Amino acid sequence: MELYVPILVLAALSAGFAAVNLLIAAVAGPKRYNRAKLEAYECGIEPTPQPVGGGRFPIKYYLTAMLFIVFDIEIIFLYPWAASFDRLGIFGLVEMVLFIVTVLVAYVYIWRRGGLEWD
Amino acid sequence: MTGTLTSAAAPLAGSFGNLAGAGLAETTAATGAVHGNAWLMVAFPLLGAAVLLLGGRRTSGWGHYLAVAMSLASFVWGVLSFFQLLGFAPEERSRDLHIFSWIPVGSLRIDFGLLLDPLSLTFVLLITGVGSLIHIYSIGYMAHDPERRRFFAYLNLFVAAMLLLVLANNYALLYVGWEGVGLASYLLIGFWQYKNSAAVAAKKAFIVNRVGDFGLSVGIMIMFATFGTVAFTPIFEHAAEGAQGWVTTIALLLLLGACGKSAQLPLQSWLLDAMEGPTPVSALIHAATMVTAGVYLITRSGPIFDVAPEAQLVVTIVGAATLLFGAIIGCAKDDIKKALAGSTMSQIGYMHLAAGLGPIGYAAAIAHLLTHGFFKAGLFLGAGSVMHGMNDQVDMRKYGALRKAMPITFATFGLGYLAIIGFPGLAGWFTKDAIIEAAFAKGGTTGLVLGGAALLGAGLTAFYMSRVMFMTFFGTKRWDDGAHPHESPASMTGPMVLLAIGSVFGGAFLVLGHRFADFLAPVVGEQEAHAFNPLAPASVATFVLMVLGVSIAWLRYGRERATVPRTAPKGSFVTVAARKDLYGDAINEGLLMRPGQWLARVSVFVDNRGIDGIVRSLAAAVGGSSGRLRRVQTGYVRSYALSMFFGAAIVVAALLVVRL
Amino acid sequence: MSLLASAVLAAPAPTPDIPAPTIEYGLLSPMLLVFGIAVVGVLVEAFVPRAHRAAVQMPITLLGLAGAFILTIVVATQDITPASGQGWGKLAAMGSIGIDRPTLFIQGTILILALVSTFMIAERRTDEGSFTAQAAATPGSAAEREGLLAGATHTEVYPLVMFAVGGMLLFPASGDLITMFVALEVLSLPLYLLCGLARRRRLLSQEAAVKYFLLGAFSSGFFLFGAALLYGYAGSVQLGAIARAVRLGPGGQYATEVYGASGQFAQVTVGSNALLMLGVALLAVGLLFKLGAVPFQSWKPDVYQGAPTPITALMASCTLVAAFGALFRVFYVAFDGLTWEWRPMMWLIAILTMVVGAVVAVTQTDVKRLLAYSSIAHAGFILTGMIAADAAGLSSALFYLAAYGFTTIGAFAIVTLVRDAGGEAGHLSRWAGLGKRSPVIAGAFAFFLLAFAGIPLTSGFIGKFAVFQAAIAGGATPLVVVGVLSSAVAAFFYVRIIVLMFFSDPAPDGPAVVVPSVFTSAAVALGVAATLVLGVLPQSVLDLADQAASSLFVR
Repeated sequence: MELYVPILVLAALSAGFAAVNLLIAAVAGPKRYNRAKLEAYECGIEPTPQPVGGGRFPIKYYLTAMLFIVFDIEIIFLYPWAASFDRLGIFGLVEMVLFIVTVLVAYVYIWRRGGLEWD
Repeated sequence: MTGTLTSAAAPLAGSFGNLAGAGLAETTAATGAVHGNAWLMVAFPLLGAAVLLLGGRRTSGWGHYLAVAMSLASFVWGVLSFFQLLGFAPEERSRDLHIFSWIPVGSLRIDFGLLLDPLSLTFVLLITGVGSLIHIYSIGYMAHDPERRRFFAYLNLFVAAMLLLVLANNYALLYVGWEGVGLASYLLIGFWQYKNSAAVAAKKAFIVNRVGDFGLSVGIMIMFATFGTVAFTPIFEHAAEGAQGWVTTIALLLLLGACGKSAQLPLQSWLLDAMEGPTPVSALIHAATMVTAGVYLITRSGPIFDVAPEAQLVVTIVGAATLLFGAIIGCAKDDIKKALAGSTMSQIGYMHLAAGLGPIGYAAAIAHLLTHGFFKAGLFLGAGSVMHGMNDQVDMRKYGALRKAMPITFATFGLGYLAIIGFPGLAGWFTKDAIIEAAFAKGGTTGLVLGGAALLGAGLTAFYMSRVMFMTFFGTKRWDDGAHPHESPASMTGPMVLLAIGSVFGGAFLVLGHRFADFLAPVVGEQEAHAFNPLAPASVATFVLMVLGVSIAWLRYGRERATVPRTAPKGSFVTVAARKDLYGDAINEGLLMRPGQWLARVSVFVDNRGIDGIVRSLAAAVGGSSGRLRRVQTGYVRSYALSMFFGAAIVVAALLVVRL
Repeated sequence: MSLLASAVLAAPAPTPDIPAPTIEYGLLSPMLLVFGIAVVGVLVEAFVPRAHRAAVQMPITLLGLAGAFILTIVVATQDITPASGQGWGKLAAMGSIGIDRPTLFIQGTILILALVSTFMIAERRTDEGSFTAQAAATPGSAAEREGLLAGATHTEVYPLVMFAVGGMLLFPASGDLITMFVALEVLSLPLYLLCGLARRRRLLSQEAAVKYFLLGAFSSGFFLFGAALLYGYAGSVQLGAIARAVRLGPGGQYATEVYGASGQFAQVTVGSNALLMLGVALLAVGLLFKLGAVPFQSWKPDVYQGAPTPITALMASCTLVAAFGALFRVFYVAFDGLTWEWRPMMWLIAILTMVVGAVVAVTQTDVKRLLAYSSIAHAGFILTGMIAADAAGLSSALFYLAAYGFTTIGAFAIVTLVRDAGGEAGHLSRWAGLGKRSPVIAGAFAFFLLAFAGIPLTSGFIGKFAVFQAAIAGGATPLVVVGVLSSAVAAFFYVRIIVLMFFSDPAPDGPAVVVPSVFTSAAVALGVAATLVLGVLPQSVLDLADQAASSLFVR
């Protein structure tokens, strides 16, 4: 049972931290509501001027974010491979090169078709 | 013998041995280049028909020669097959040719196979022989018809179908040929379909034949249900073991089929109208070959009829009634072809009568069928030749004294006439006497009645045929204005001469020395040999009646002083009745057509108000629920997702319910 | 708890030896080729100038599909014995992909049908093709007009189709639920995009894409949830392991090798039946959604109507085959021992699917919506064969899928040809009297409709006959009665269209039939030929399906 005591302590600490922070924000923070803040999933930035009834909004954020996620995942896969590279041998190398090439193809496509140009 | 037949026959080897003892041949596999390729006999004319029908106008120029060549090729192959068959011992003269497995469905196994035996090859020779002659004749007869190509295509089609009919080794394949000749007959009767009467006659023939075909098809189905097969050999071996009631039913249904195809009572009405077709067709299909298919069917199915005596009695009654019926009609008709058609009906009645007598009569029936094929085809071709020379006039009252203008036609027609009335020494005399004697030999009241009818028929035959002969070739000229009778071209007279030769010598060749009966014995069974006796009482009586009939006809139509009015006189009650085909059509109309129409009207009413009503309300119900269900499809994703959620709940519930 | 504890405790031990996994590239070559071509297609998009892209994409796509089909045949002719020694096939890629006869039949069918669909995609003569010039442009905007005038079109369609087809090949071949989920997403995501690329009626097309995406994501959630519950039950996502757990029953124990630690075994205890039943149900929801079985059919009419017609053809044929293939594999392999449990549920689904599909189709007025409902009803018929849960049922369903795929592609190909000013003449009233104007096109369409209705001498008859026969042999006679009645209702609206086409007077301003290029002509001709040949001489394909089904799926 002693084994679980540190875990329980850590859990209690993190929960307390989260609760205290929420409490402080509620007590001390100024409350200025605006439209952008009330939108679902708002991040505080109004997504550029838009016509009545929805219409278009720039997707540059999303493109960049998705590109980031793609390479993020690539890195995550690279870690365990790197850790056991010597044991996976040529097979591991070939598979990983294939994986990187595939992701690179997507990158090349986005790059060539102007997905990385902000304007 | 094919595999299936072997297995079916194995348990009955004992009884089979008995049959073999009775002189029937055991069926063995066909061998040799000729028998092994016997299918070519069917294939030749079929190919001809296909080329002519598919080739279109390109083949118009030479198509008729191709048709003749194809028919002759079949004839040659038939002759070769015939001689190869003669090379075998009599008990080996039944050769089975398996071609391919045709309908292998479950327990129903039908092979596409041919049976070569004395009976089938006799028919092959008749069909291809007479058929080829009529093909040749038609070259001249149809020379001026723009649709000659189509005509020859149909003729070839007919020959192919008829050969298939007689060569088939099972009832299913026979049925294909049976329907094939029906189709060819329909197409050829209605060949001049722009003539309303021809179109109506074709339809009538087709519909009346359907009745018979229906009987045949039901008979085949019952056969399969009773015997588990439709092939000839196993059925005939086991015929005696089937339940008596069913076997009799099968026999009667086969008879119904035969009546339709052979224009026997009560399905006789179509044959007279069928004379609307071109004369060569009348000669080939409606005199020499197709209409005798019924006789073939009954003879072929002899082993079934032999164990169904009641059915045999019905066959003889039908035959006797039809032979008188046809003869009476023949006495009153002024249209030369219709008079001959009545005669055909009557002669086939003789054949049925003989076939119904059992083994004693089969050979006589087929022999008469052969000689009839010759002389009746010859008579029809003669009639065609007369019409050809008389601007297609068919009314005998507009003929007269043509013997000088058409000497060859007169001679050949005359020989055919002498043959059919049974003039001593000619073909009909031998074969018809055999039937009359066989009928009397039946014994008892039945024998007396049947024999009497046959005897009376012989007298009537002599009368009406003499009437035709005298009104056409003797007496005074009663021609239409502008009629210039002339002899027909050689392509027409040649076949007539050949047929006339057959009419003269055919009977003697077949009957003297018991030749034909022995030849057929492996198929129809042995009959006790009794020598042909021209001085038997029945023969003498027949001769006397024949002379009587001719004399009356001579007095009324033949002698110089006899006057034949150009328009038909009113005539007695009997004459009027006979002119109207003894009210055959009126009876059909009253008994079948009127109630049929009434039934159709009732059906339409029930269909409109009852069945359609149900269907319509059903459709309305489906449409209504469709409209309601459709509203679920709102187009909103949220409601779709909700429906999916409930669907998932249903799936979960359905799975958990089972577990409870 | 003990399992978790032991695993945690074992951690300080020296790092275990990780054996390199093996991958049977030869067996997977059809899928690898398709994915490879898709990747090449992306590079083509990146480097080839716009004007030449279509000319490059189309041949490599066609060649890739044809090559993959040939490779499938090559694989099928190999002599491969599974570990059990019974039947034919192998679990490749460490058990995550099963290559066996039914899978190869399904993959071959998908590849051929995809090839024919690609013919329609390649068609440029009808209105410059079926795909939009500028997918990103607002419908009706100047940017869109600009693209239309420039004659542009999205050639990304080809790689997207290839990715989708690759996913479809993998979907029925998946040996475990994770691979199956990945395959499901790989096949779905490109299709969501493709649905939004119609050239005409952009808004409808975009709406279809969004609907399909949202509902597809929803159904993926069901699938994942089901997979998770099944893992909780069986301690594995391998279909074979789930089947073993089902045989052992709750509380049963089996040892499984700890992956990456050879020689170490973990003891797994089979979970409760509630996990199993919920898992089966939710997994089934995810799979049944893809094939559009009622009550998960609601996306089908909207999406089929809105999507570009070649993509609709692809979905109606290939996706249906792939979805059924995956359904077969899951239910025949993993839930083999549960037949008595899932059969009543499938009965219910099949009856609902046939009846709703046929009945609602009666009041449809749009050709594509009508074909969508017809597709729903046909999915129900195929489910009927599947319910037999034996080789005969599988074989009949395989034949049905192949036959139906060709017919439906042909029918949609004809839909692309009947056009008026607004694009395809979708409303049925516009089809009136078509038989008098274009007897050949109307005749071919009538032939396809007769095949849908299951009239003899068409493949539809043989297919229906086969599934109903299998269902009767499997004891599902009431289901067959419902099936025959639904067929009768369905026949009504099929024949109604034929009557409309041939016995009504054409409208004066009626649609014109475009003379297609060789591509669409080939799609229609292949559809007619396959429908006729499979209807008249079906024996060879029936034998092939029999042979494929008789060895069943590899475990």
